[in-house]
Amino acid sequence: MKTTEAGKRTASKTAEVGPTMSGSEILVACLEREGVDTIFAYPGGASMEIHQALTRSKIRTVLPRHEQGGAFAAEGYARATGRAGVCMATSGPGATNLVTGIADAYMDSVPMVAITGQVPQAMIGKGAFQETDIYGMTLPVVKHSYLITDIREIPRVVREAFHIAQTGRPGPVLIDIPKNVQQAKTQPVFPKQVQMRGYNPNRTASDLELNEIIGLIQKSERPVLYVGGGIITGNASDELRRFAQATQIPVTSTIMGCGAFPESHELSLRWLGMHGAAYANWAVNGEFELRQSPNEPMKKIAHGADLLLAFGVRFDDRVTGKVEKFCETGTIVHLDIDPSELNKNRHVHLPVVSDVKYALGRMAEMLEERPIEKKFSAWHKQIAAWKKKAPFGYNVTEEVMKSQHMRDHLKGKESEVILPQMAIEMLYELSNGEAILTTGVGQHQMWAAQFYKFKYPRQLLTSAGLGAMGYGYPAALGAKVACPDKEVVDIDGDGSFLMNIQELATAHIEKIAAKALILNNQHLGMVMQWEDRFYQGNRGHTYLGDPENRKQIYPDYTAVCQSFNVKCERVMYRKDLRGAIQRMLQAKEPYVLDVIVPYTEHVLPFIPAGRTVADMIWQQG
Amino acid sequence: MRHTISVLVENKFGVLTRVAGLFSGRGYNIDSLNVAPTQDPTASRMTIVTRGDDATVDQIVKQLNKLTDVMKVVDFRENEYVDRELVLVKVSVDSKTRAEVMQITDIFRAKIVDVQPKSLSIEVTGDEGKIEKLLSLMKRFGVMDLTRTGKVALPRKDGKAE
Repeated sequence: MKTTEAGKRTASKTAEVGPTMSGSEILVACLEREGVDTIFAYPGGASMEIHQALTRSKIRTVLPRHEQGGAFAAEGYARATGRAGVCMATSGPGATNLVTGIADAYMDSVPMVAITGQVPQAMIGKGAFQETDIYGMTLPVVKHSYLITDIREIPRVVREAFHIAQTGRPGPVLIDIPKNVQQAKTQPVFPKQVQMRGYNPNRTASDLELNEIIGLIQKSERPVLYVGGGIITGNASDELRRFAQATQIPVTSTIMGCGAFPESHELSLRWLGMHGAAYANWAVNGEFELRQSPNEPMKKIAHGADLLLAFGVRFDDRVTGKVEKFCETGTIVHLDIDPSELNKNRHVHLPVVSDVKYALGRMAEMLEERPIEKKFSAWHKQIAAWKKKAPFGYNVTEEVMKSQHMRDHLKGKESEVILPQMAIEMLYELSNGEAILTTGVGQHQMWAAQFYKFKYPRQLLTSAGLGAMGYGYPAALGAKVACPDKEVVDIDGDGSFLMNIQELATAHIEKIAAKALILNNQHLGMVMQWEDRFYQGNRGHTYLGDPENRKQIYPDYTAVCQSFNVKCERVMYRKDLRGAIQRMLQAKEPYVLDVIVPYTEHVLPFIPAGRTVADMIWQQG
Repeated sequence: MRHTISVLVENKFGVLTRVAGLFSGRGYNIDSLNVAPTQDPTASRMTIVTRGDDATVDQIVKQLNKLTDVMKVVDFRENEYVDRELVLVKVSVDSKTRAEVMQITDIFRAKIVDVQPKSLSIEVTGDEGKIEKLLSLMKRFGVMDLTRTGKVALPRKDGKAE
């Protein structure tokens, strides 16, 4: 196709015209223009054209061993950097295998561009080999999506896709490209700017609204900042620190917000919610006597927040429990860039639509001019008492001593038992709190967040909203590719790790030195915990070991890793733990520690789903 | 509560599915839906009539606003807009009832668009009240078939229904 003379003239100002190229080459040229340095892509019939073009590009193509691994790796890359992660798969099963990763990116607002090959246009709708309507299938889990029907659309679509994925509230964008479009040829016109009538992600609060927030702070006695992933995606950590310091308001975060505010800071309340810090939950909701049944009245011991500043959060049910009871007596300000989050899960007193970086920065400025007079001394005293009363903790209980684990694996060496929390604490110590952590989903995920204190944003990469098991190791690979100079450790469960164990091959072949610390309790720990609490301990397919031979750890991860040419150690005794973690951290290659832990541990504190802080179990026994 | 929602969208494939998905994903039915291009051929206007509690409809409107291909959403309030619907209805008649049906048609300023030995096809345009009234009067003659465009609506105030 030729560009007309007139077309060329206007193009030179707003666009750049390239030489004649194939659709797949245009796509790769577009990715290069977006600054993409890595793509996680598994080839197949409908995407091999693009792989051919990638062999001639400076973009690094990482070959995962399963498309889901590729999607999670792209997410790990994106969460670690804030730049869109790019993954690609072929049509049909390749594309459907990406769906869990796309849904995960959607739930946690992770910028991602997912590219899928599609069967040739003439074959669409004919039930062709490896044909699925991936555009239709992913509609509820994408921020936006494209099915390219004309080769000339490629440059505009890619430009828009990256813009949409990375601006406003980030999210995944899908681009589906039929094979005939990849093979067609044209002279591409690369637009310099994006023009979309229906998309305007830039929103900032007015000074009037921000002044109202400051006014509420002036009037409050017990304010709390409740911050989330929005602070991290909005790159607003510095502004948050300035604002918190200027106001002296204690800060609690969601799991998505871990690291948005340094957890070692004296104003930090760590994270809140179902398994969050008891003191964070009390600070927001008030302290209550533990009741035995949700039918009993709630008896208040001490007041919680009278002002909750909810910034970049979405009142997730794992945070709020019974949502009407969440910060029931406080005034709530909800500030978010996404207007649809306001008054969605929780009705609030002051909803404000704004970019959080702007809002916090502007308020910090205002406070410099007119500082807050309040010191909130009584409130800080109360919080200090709560922190002292209920820190995250653990101990070797009678139940652990009597457990099957002890009988099977630690006979005569009972004092050498390793609790999962100990392993994370030791990792925290030996990595100086500087590592980037990824996790699978379950008990180990909660412990990782509890016993590692995050100093920086983008330090904890975890599947929070979707809760996708198998996320940890591929995400660690993506993060390590993005940040080769940082230590990246996947804290995983034996169930989660097995779900994407094939990515050990990616780690070895691509020389990605991501580490994994498996807390192996031979069980699906979190479901087991619910079985213990709510189903009288009846095991509903939550044992992952070999029931015929319970004394043997199954599967044997050291043997599995050996076959992948990845170094692995099994650690059974406490005396061996420190040395093993040190060796893992010193390794310049992928390294797996299979740490055998008792299955009897429960994650505490624990607010059962849909309950309140008065139902929070926080003491063992 | 019944809501009439006007949505200005890019005239592209896939937009209708995205919009409809926001309703179906919440278990909400769309009572009627009308889509056609506007004076700008690259934009289409959808008029959607749905029933639901205000909080859910409010959430749907916010989600509609989030769609990249949606330019403007208005959840119309009573009396703020004019609305019309066009209905084609085939009424069964015989020599005794034909005259009466024609008379009613006349009163409603509707039009007879086809005449068959045993039926009359009537075209009626109007707001909801008028149409429901006509249809209820036709019921006793026997409605053989019916098709309607769904409501179309524009705001009353000056300027574009942006």
